[in-house]
Amino acid sequence: MRVPVEWLRTLVDLPAEVTTEQLADRLTMYDLKLEEIIGGGISGPLTVGRVLAISPEQQKNGKTINWCRVDVGAQNEASVPDAPGEDVPSRGIVCGAHNFAVGDLVVVSLPGTFLPELGFEIGSRKTYGHVSDGMICSTTELGLPDDETSAAGILVLEPGSAEPGDSATELLGLADQTLDLEVNPDRAYALSLRGVARDTALAFDLPFSDPADAVTLPVGEGGYPVRVEDPEGCPVFTTVVVTGIDPTRTAPDWMVRRITQAGMRSISLTVDISNYVMLELGQPNHCYDRAKVSGDIVVRRAAAGETVTTLDDVKRTLTPEDLVIVDDSGIIGLAGVMGGASTEIGPETTDVVVEAAFWDPVTIFRGERRHKLPSEAAKRYERGVDPALTLAGAARVAELLAELGGGTVEPGATHVGAVPASVPVSFAVDLPTRISGVDITPDFARDVFERNGCAVQVDGETFTVTPPTWRFDLNDPYDFVEEALRSAGYDTVPSVLPTPTGGRGLSRNQVLRRRVGHVLAGAGLTEVTTLPFVGPADLDRLGLPADDERRRQVLLANPLSAEEPGLTTTLLVGLLRAASLNVSRGHDVVEITEIGRVFLPSPDAAAAPIYGVDRRPTPEEIAALDAALPYQPQHVGAVLVGERERSGWDGPGRAVAWSDAVAIARRVAGTLHVEVQVRAAQVAPFHPGRCAELVLADGSVVGHAGELHPAVAAEHGLPGRVGVLEIDLDQLLAASPAIGPKPSFSAFPVAKEDLAFLVATEVEAEALRSTLAGASELIESVRLFDVYTGDQVPEGQRSLAFSLRLRAPDRTLTDADIKAARDAAVQAAATHHSATLR
Amino acid sequence: MSAPNSDYDPVEVTPLHPDEVARVTREALEAVAAASTLADLKQARLDHAGDRSPLALANREIGALPPQARKEAGQRIGQARGEVNRAVAARTEELEAVESAAQLAAETVDVTLPVDREVVGARHPITTIQELVGDIFVAMGWEVAEGPEVEAEWLNFDAMNLGPDHPARTMQDTFWVAAEDDAPEGSGKVLRTHTSPVQARSMLTRTPPIYVVCPGRVYRTDEADATHMPVFHQVEGLAIDEGLSMAHLKGTLDHFAQAVYGDGMTTRFRPSYFPFTEPSAEVDLLCYVCHNDPAQVGSCRTCGGEGWIEWGGCGVVNPRVLVACGVDPERYSGFAFGMGLDRTVTSRYDIADLRDLWDGDVRFTEPFGVGL
Repeated sequence: MRVPVEWLRTLVDLPAEVTTEQLADRLTMYDLKLEEIIGGGISGPLTVGRVLAISPEQQKNGKTINWCRVDVGAQNEASVPDAPGEDVPSRGIVCGAHNFAVGDLVVVSLPGTFLPELGFEIGSRKTYGHVSDGMICSTTELGLPDDETSAAGILVLEPGSAEPGDSATELLGLADQTLDLEVNPDRAYALSLRGVARDTALAFDLPFSDPADAVTLPVGEGGYPVRVEDPEGCPVFTTVVVTGIDPTRTAPDWMVRRITQAGMRSISLTVDISNYVMLELGQPNHCYDRAKVSGDIVVRRAAAGETVTTLDDVKRTLTPEDLVIVDDSGIIGLAGVMGGASTEIGPETTDVVVEAAFWDPVTIFRGERRHKLPSEAAKRYERGVDPALTLAGAARVAELLAELGGGTVEPGATHVGAVPASVPVSFAVDLPTRISGVDITPDFARDVFERNGCAVQVDGETFTVTPPTWRFDLNDPYDFVEEALRSAGYDTVPSVLPTPTGGRGLSRNQVLRRRVGHVLAGAGLTEVTTLPFVGPADLDRLGLPADDERRRQVLLANPLSAEEPGLTTTLLVGLLRAASLNVSRGHDVVEITEIGRVFLPSPDAAAAPIYGVDRRPTPEEIAALDAALPYQPQHVGAVLVGERERSGWDGPGRAVAWSDAVAIARRVAGTLHVEVQVRAAQVAPFHPGRCAELVLADGSVVGHAGELHPAVAAEHGLPGRVGVLEIDLDQLLAASPAIGPKPSFSAFPVAKEDLAFLVATEVEAEALRSTLAGASELIESVRLFDVYTGDQVPEGQRSLAFSLRLRAPDRTLTDADIKAARDAAVQAAATHHSATLR
Repeated sequence: MSAPNSDYDPVEVTPLHPDEVARVTREALEAVAAASTLADLKQARLDHAGDRSPLALANREIGALPPQARKEAGQRIGQARGEVNRAVAARTEELEAVESAAQLAAETVDVTLPVDREVVGARHPITTIQELVGDIFVAMGWEVAEGPEVEAEWLNFDAMNLGPDHPARTMQDTFWVAAEDDAPEGSGKVLRTHTSPVQARSMLTRTPPIYVVCPGRVYRTDEADATHMPVFHQVEGLAIDEGLSMAHLKGTLDHFAQAVYGDGMTTRFRPSYFPFTEPSAEVDLLCYVCHNDPAQVGSCRTCGGEGWIEWGGCGVVNPRVLVACGVDPERYSGFAFGMGLDRTVTSRYDIADLRDLWDGDVRFTEPFGVGL
């Protein structure tokens, strides 16, 4: 809401010494937050001038400048011999713009003028071979709003609108300041000077007289006949008629200036008055050309498919929810949102019907959204307009039409409906103190409520407060607490630290997730966060088959991009995008990880129910909410590109391999004390021969790790072999035991045996290893230390070499013990895997 | 070895003569002292203290002496041998030290050689700041609550006193989940526009007193640019207990500010409006760079000369929210607050473009290491 300060000061008697900044600060603390102060700040001799002569001069740089002689009245120098034209009293000014001519009235900033837009004081200076004694100003330099006429550059004033030497500051209202206030949705009343003035009076502890009370209300029947068929949508409807308006008249400067400063455009006298009253009192209103209205004005809901052409020349198709204003000719307005074109005020209009109504806020809110038609009127109606104001509002419009347009206000008014009664609210007198934490006495609170327009009753320890008709936000006891606190001052709230009794710290999953994050960083991975929006093309790039579950996305009704219509089902899309970006920026080593959610639609997804808010939903209802949501587990993913170990002076580098991804996956599981087995799998986007699935003890697959399919790597512009992994972290956390493995070891000496086996290539190393580990109780650990194929190894076989550590918990092993354990291992390898000792 | 020769006069056995013993001892000590390497010393030891050394040979002669003479000769030889052995041991120690020092000197390396072969990891600052905030509140006895990012409309809006026709509902540009085939009215699901639905979930799943913070991702339909992202992070706080007021909210936020930005930090309230709180306030943080110090505030880039930085929104929980979430507003009151975490990071680390948080360029995260 833009509030011209000059206008505001006419409505509330602010002491002259209160600066605009002080006013804005106080209003900010009264919940009318300052966005910015517009205007003001110009000082010095900003003067109207008449261009007497122009001499265009071509410069070396190809530019043509205009060397001008300008008449600035009382500010003239007696003689400027150097300037073009006859040497009469004037000033010589160099100007780079060309959109003005001899005889034009322009605005000149003479030396000593300060223009905030430029940020410095204009001086007399030598330029292009002349002494330029000031500057001819553009709209932008003056801080005026740009429109199509001003875009050309220099502001050229209307002929005859001023005389050379006049103060342009005064003429253009440039000294005026306007507050741009952010009005929250609950403070609808502050979308008017009336409302802001009331809060200003409250903030500065000044008396306030309501400008609505100054309007002379029409008496008796009259106006224009109205029939309201939908009193719920239109509780109050008022018309007043003005005849004999002189259509040639325009709005006076002071009104145009106020409207313009308030952010609206001057159109015609009638429209300007209509807007002026909306700004002044907060009552949106509409003027119909009476000659174009036929028969009674009727308010009703639209029939489906009915159409109306609104003032913006758009034909709109209506629904039965739309509230319309009709006459015998059909629809003449979309209630509270925009008038119709058929009864629009024109250049010949002399008689008008002034309409001021109170519309149901929800109806207006929905209509405005449905037709995507935000308007100044709708903005006010949807938040709530004072329903008791229609008569004063219409009368104020009529009064101004008579005063400024030469018209006659026809006696009486049509006033249909009744103002809805305000509902009183009761609460304990100490509630403001208890909730705000500030000591607010009942007397103070009562005074505040009354000055806000409330009727207050005190009954023992209970307030019963009836809000005024313009306050739509005072419905609950706490609303009154805010009102009292606003006056007591938000800056008076003391600082008291509450003392909760015994939190339980982070949850186990929160602790474990942090642990995983640290382990990943320790493994050399850099964490990234990626956007979750993906589309089919992204999933194509991963090479996911058509029937892959991950192609079923949670889709958005309003995605930002048609290419990314839904949420991701795998972290690899974002991680591979990030890897691509890094590689394209020249990074050779990109080893990145992310912990984040993926979104998997539940197979029988239904709409989530909407409940009332007057009670807690039942456990079944809460369960239904959760059941409607997709499964959103946190995953951990990683992509490894380049070298796992870099080459250096002390050794060669080691390129990333499938095994690095598996090692990281195992490390993540290990830090959670989760036993995972790996086994070969074929899953996109992995290399079909280099993918390990990670299997929990219960057999469920918790993720995959290995090498990215070379085609997918190439598709993403990633060089070399790329390691990737993705694990369902939620599932892994759920498998993490509350108590980890217990340390258990023997102090007796170890015996070491190395065994190399020849075994068929298909036999997985892990299978053989675990067979060996289980062959004897004396085998403490088995570790594979070599894999070999080549000379002396038959085709179709490979050599796997293991280090066995043998130990007993209770004795030193004898040679016989060791031999027995070794033989058992060899035997088991032979039995289960047809492995032969090399 | 010679047989005892009782016929000899001991003084006639030359090797045992005191002068002779003194001479070979002196020679031995001189040789030990002259050894400059362990190898020289070994030779000197063999020559002068070894099995074939004069003293060793002399020692053998003792047995040939008459018994009455053995004691004196034995003492003389024993002392001499002891003296030589001690000298050898001492010289060995000296030479070992010298040689060890030389060996170590020879092993000198260029310690400025790079040791960067291992890939070093780092954690994203948004992760770390969420943990930092969690830790601060856990230390105060609060807990960290979580909720889904695709959220039920009822929890995101209705339960937060943002009914379907509430004007404020359009203030939040919402991503809506596409409707299922059989749900023409809409899916009833949104990408949560704030972390506030976690407030509702906390009240629905816990019994007061409740003190929780909920850091997490939230979504708005903003096109990505330097100062907007469609996804960002908030932290929400909720306290429900008997007798809580705006004063406890202020105390909590002051404490939070001090924990993050250091002693002397404070906050201020400005009136505002949120449907889920009443009274509502915007909370400003004292500028942590200039501290609104008149000498510095004018040129402070962090706060733009304001002395204060907009931090978030807060207020007393609207009793309508309590009712919808099954908390008795007659018995309990509470407060809530929420602030963005992304801007906290960007303003603290002079990051001009919010997109840097999301692009995944490793150069963004690496400088943070594993902590802020």
